[in-house]
Amino acid sequence: MPFEWFVALRYMRAARGQTVMILAAVSIGVSVLVFLSALIGGLQTSLIAKTLGSQPHVTLRMPREEARALVPAGDGTAIARVYEQRPQRLRSIDQWPTILADVETMAGVIAVSPSVTGAGFAVRAEAKSAIVIRGVDPDRFRAIIDVTARLTAGRFELDGDDVVIGAKLATELGVAVGDKLRIASSEGVDQVATIRGIFALGNENVDATWVLTSLRQAQALFGLPSGVTTIELKVAKVFEAERIATSLRERTGLRADSWMTVNAELLAGLSAQSSSKAMIQFFVIVAVALGIASVLIVSVVQKSREIGILRAVGTPARRILMVFLIQGGVLGVVGSILGSGLGALFSKLFEALMSDPSGAPKFPVQLDLSLFVWSTALAIGVGLLSAVIPARRASRLDPATAIRNV
Amino acid sequence: MSEPVLVVENVVKEYGDQIKTRALDGVSLTLQVGELTALIGPSGSGKSTLLNIIGLLDKATSGRVVVAGQIAGDLDDRALTALRARALGFVFQFHHLLPAFTALENVMLPAWGERGLLTRQMRTDSEALLRDVGLADRMHYRATNLSGGQQQRVAIARALVRKPPLVLADEPTGNLDTASSDEVFALMRRFNHDLGTTFLVVTHDPRIAASCDRTVEMVDGKIVRDERHKP
Repeated sequence: MPFEWFVALRYMRAARGQTVMILAAVSIGVSVLVFLSALIGGLQTSLIAKTLGSQPHVTLRMPREEARALVPAGDGTAIARVYEQRPQRLRSIDQWPTILADVETMAGVIAVSPSVTGAGFAVRAEAKSAIVIRGVDPDRFRAIIDVTARLTAGRFELDGDDVVIGAKLATELGVAVGDKLRIASSEGVDQVATIRGIFALGNENVDATWVLTSLRQAQALFGLPSGVTTIELKVAKVFEAERIATSLRERTGLRADSWMTVNAELLAGLSAQSSSKAMIQFFVIVAVALGIASVLIVSVVQKSREIGILRAVGTPARRILMVFLIQGGVLGVVGSILGSGLGALFSKLFEALMSDPSGAPKFPVQLDLSLFVWSTALAIGVGLLSAVIPARRASRLDPATAIRNV
Repeated sequence: MSEPVLVVENVVKEYGDQIKTRALDGVSLTLQVGELTALIGPSGSGKSTLLNIIGLLDKATSGRVVVAGQIAGDLDDRALTALRARALGFVFQFHHLLPAFTALENVMLPAWGERGLLTRQMRTDSEALLRDVGLADRMHYRATNLSGGQQQRVAIARALVRKPPLVLADEPTGNLDTASSDEVFALMRRFNHDLGTTFLVVTHDPRIAASCDRTVEMVDGKIVRDERHKP
């Protein structure tokens, strides 16, 4: 065994109490890092998954219609004018099949679905509800929002006059699968539809308003033969959505809204959460580093005479330096392994204890390999860095002074 | 006659910046191979300072120190460490063994620390030395579990393990009873005779000084007596 390892491990074994205490401190520190990261990571993932469970990552639609000035302003000419915002009408995207085909080939885009989306009413006997009519191609739409997985009754089939509606809307109207429903669009066209399925996407607004129908039926309801009002996209990396939306805006000239702009408040919340997590992690790391450094500094002071003797009998200063760096590194490695295990245990225990009546966790935790690798690397780095000052101090001890004074 | 193992020429050592204290005042000393020399003198006479300078643990303010043919003043810290490892052995008054290690490990550590890796030869040499000093049955005892005399015997084995030409012993019997003192000195005498190792022994014990080949006496940082005893 190399001299440095032998001496470092023996010193740690000899000062067993001290070693156990600092290992406990490092382990607890690392477990806090793992637990916190798993909890906040889990919460954020679950929140994003819930949010994106009922909306596309990017939506393309026609740009807003702007009012135009009757007289253009010239150089040095001031024109007093008053604009009234133009009312927005439902318009089809020009050349949408070409755009759809183009967007489909774009890097980072994994699914594309055209739809006709507009407002309307659903009427069942005396009950009347404001609805959002969404004409979709079921196969394409399923790749964007997995309605099939969220069906509470029936099937996701949109043949002929079939519709699939939200669970809350079904409750409001008192309808079930197989019932008939009158749908009227904002364009004044109405028709009777048959309910094929009922879904619950977990978004109250969506579940209370959405009526999914075939693309053809929606085109008829809104007077847009062969047209679509939106093209919806799913991207491979959710946080790439805004970048892709910007690129699509420039490429197509259409309005492109990503989920990140639509849910800006959610993102701000997540960002604040991440900042708090980073702050807590920073202070935990500082505490761990100070713990390791202080124990090693005490150890150097306690062992000054021994270090002096080792130096006097011909041990090079670099080996003394390594003895203390190894101790810092070993404390980091062992502490991080124990801490990762402890953190994972706390996380799973917390998830199991904090569950709702259905047994689903209130606080889902996210434990993945990268979290452990990251925590371990961090603890080793912190261990080594914390050991640098004591190790340098040890290696620079004057042997004669160390032997005489201690 | 072979080259002397140690040459100290007109060495001066001063401490302090504003008010200078002269601990050594023009000391010159030569040790031939195989000599067992006692260095005596009252406390504060400069014995330990001289030993530290000879042991390459301290630097002289002026003068020349040559250890095993190498001029110490020309060497940097790394070279001094290497020379210390190659040419010098140390025995301290309080033995200064490392308490966390066994007797055998204490003896192996100097060579191990110098080379980095433990070799079979290092272990064999260390075990042989411990047997030589009568500690065959105590090799795996922690240093703290040995008596004062046994600890000092381990320290002698540690000083000799790399077969240095010169061993510096700073009051090696100062902390031992008469019987243990005699045992320890007898060991040094034996190794001096058998291996031809040169010993410079700082002592306050007139019996030990009288048993050496030569006595060098220091007073106020100067050598005031240097006499060889008749065999």
